[in-house]
Amino acid sequence: MTALSDATQAREGDWVEVECKLLDPDDRSKNLPPETAEKPLMMWVKGFAQGEAGMGDEVTIETMTGRAVTGALSAVNPGYFITYGDPIPELTRVGRDLRARLAAYRATEAAEATGGCGCGCGCTPAEGGEC
Amino acid sequence: MATKFDAIMARRGEIMRKALGMDYGEFELSPIAFDYERMMTAHGYSLDDIVGIQTRAGVGNTPLLELRNLTDLVRSISAPGKGARIFVKDEAANLAGAFKDRRASVSIHVAKEKGYEGIIAATSGNYGAAVASQAARNGLKCIICQETFDSRHVGQPEIVEKGRICESYGAEVVQMTVGPELFFHMVELLDVTGYFAASLYSSFGVSGIETLGLEIANEMRALTGADPTHVIVTHAGGGNTTGTARGLKRAGATGTQIVSASVDLSGLHMASDNDFNRKSFTTGHTGFGVPFATWPDRADVPRNAARPLRYMDRYMTVTQGEVFYITEAMAKLEGLERGPAGNTAMTAAVSLAQDLPCEATIVVQETEYTGAGKHHWSQLNFAKQMGVEVRAGDPKGNAPGKVIVIPESIEQIRANDFDVARMRKSYVRNALKNAPEGYAPTADDIAFLAVDTNTDTAAIEAMLTELKGD
Repeated sequence: MTALSDATQAREGDWVEVECKLLDPDDRSKNLPPETAEKPLMMWVKGFAQGEAGMGDEVTIETMTGRAVTGALSAVNPGYFITYGDPIPELTRVGRDLRARLAAYRATEAAEATGGCGCGCGCTPAEGGEC
Repeated sequence: MATKFDAIMARRGEIMRKALGMDYGEFELSPIAFDYERMMTAHGYSLDDIVGIQTRAGVGNTPLLELRNLTDLVRSISAPGKGARIFVKDEAANLAGAFKDRRASVSIHVAKEKGYEGIIAATSGNYGAAVASQAARNGLKCIICQETFDSRHVGQPEIVEKGRICESYGAEVVQMTVGPELFFHMVELLDVTGYFAASLYSSFGVSGIETLGLEIANEMRALTGADPTHVIVTHAGGGNTTGTARGLKRAGATGTQIVSASVDLSGLHMASDNDFNRKSFTTGHTGFGVPFATWPDRADVPRNAARPLRYMDRYMTVTQGEVFYITEAMAKLEGLERGPAGNTAMTAAVSLAQDLPCEATIVVQETEYTGAGKHHWSQLNFAKQMGVEVRAGDPKGNAPGKVIVIPESIEQIRANDFDVARMRKSYVRNALKNAPEGYAPTADDIAFLAVDTNTDTAAIEAMLTELKGD
């Protein structure tokens, strides 16, 4: 999905994307793995339509640098649909666990420094007492 | 018959010369050696000049933060007396969100001074955002060429986000399917536009990173009274390692160990249409780190300014799952939601710190901005969509492109040492391979190779003898 709008027709001046084939498989670099070598090198670029066009029709655009690029209309008002997605279950516990470990370590250090029990519970037991 | 690809590539030298505004021929000494230091200083800018350029550009002077929570966490799992202090240079605070702003600021300054109308860079990374942002500030036109999609037009979300940010800064973003011919199209565009080539690997870009090493040395002296014992660098094409190390040396921090770190992507092919969307990392990985260290001059400039083997004392690798774990930990423990790729060195630092005494200091020299698409959750959700298994367990079971294993505890994070001696030998083999057939290295060539690999002439002679026998 490259656009939320269901526009299939570009009017002159619309912000659009065009698709171009840069290299046929035979014209590609010779040092490619087979799964790449058998595909054409494709390119997409956005700009302002210089005329009216339907999806897949050839149209010339003026890009942000002022270049004229001609290709097949592939999107009108193209958007960005990247997300964060769901939290990752394998990661959600990391913060809780590490904060607990850090607190336990600091409690032990503090107890050792003040003559505490050193078990990590953070208490300073009375002489002979249990923590 | 020559293909369209071959025809442009045959004119590449002439087009690049015009687009870089400098002739690399003047630095060549022999079929193997060239005058690296002369190339690095030919632009005529002193380190002070570059600090001035970057200050005006809104780049640099990022916060250096001590990570006390992470350090204590590491100490909780280290042997008594072990657990180095960990610091981070929050490079995400740069204008476009990464250390790449340092690189871009100098290139754009040069392009503007020399009167170019616009600039072009081929990059799927943060560098695009940096170039686009600096170009916008300087009123230069900007084209960014990206490898974005597989042949089914499925975009890697991190690269789609970087395309978005470049377009937000007003750049023209040319998005392509998988293949090294990205560089072919960049050269073609340089030819038709006459724009400046803002190569990642020019001396302008790499000189811009030297200020990062300089700031680290100065800030650590102010904070701790000494140079850092270790600086750890997320390593891809080599510019980050090279520039940071050069800056540290120029600041007089000659005793600091330079450690490079990459995500292990072994088994995945960088030009494969099938593997492209199964990498989960678009940079900071061994797929760039190893080939660019062992043959830097494969870059888009005749001689690469990024020569990491000159500076790297050690090269560590970590797994994808380990980096995602540390990225999550950094947000929860240190309030730094960054990365993930920029946290590669941070992950290696957690391992390294356990082996060093408490008095040692490790500076992780970068962070990068994050957001939808780039975020570690985005990457893991996308990996699942691409059929990669994500599970908790021992990261030793991580298999790039097949399974990402998220560690179950911090103790499981252990970086591996990559064999730097093997990389040095591989570099020497490539230097010989790229010289005319039968060329015998002279004493000057051997001296050059020794400096370029951070070894000595006896080591190079031993490698040459060994390679003859291969």
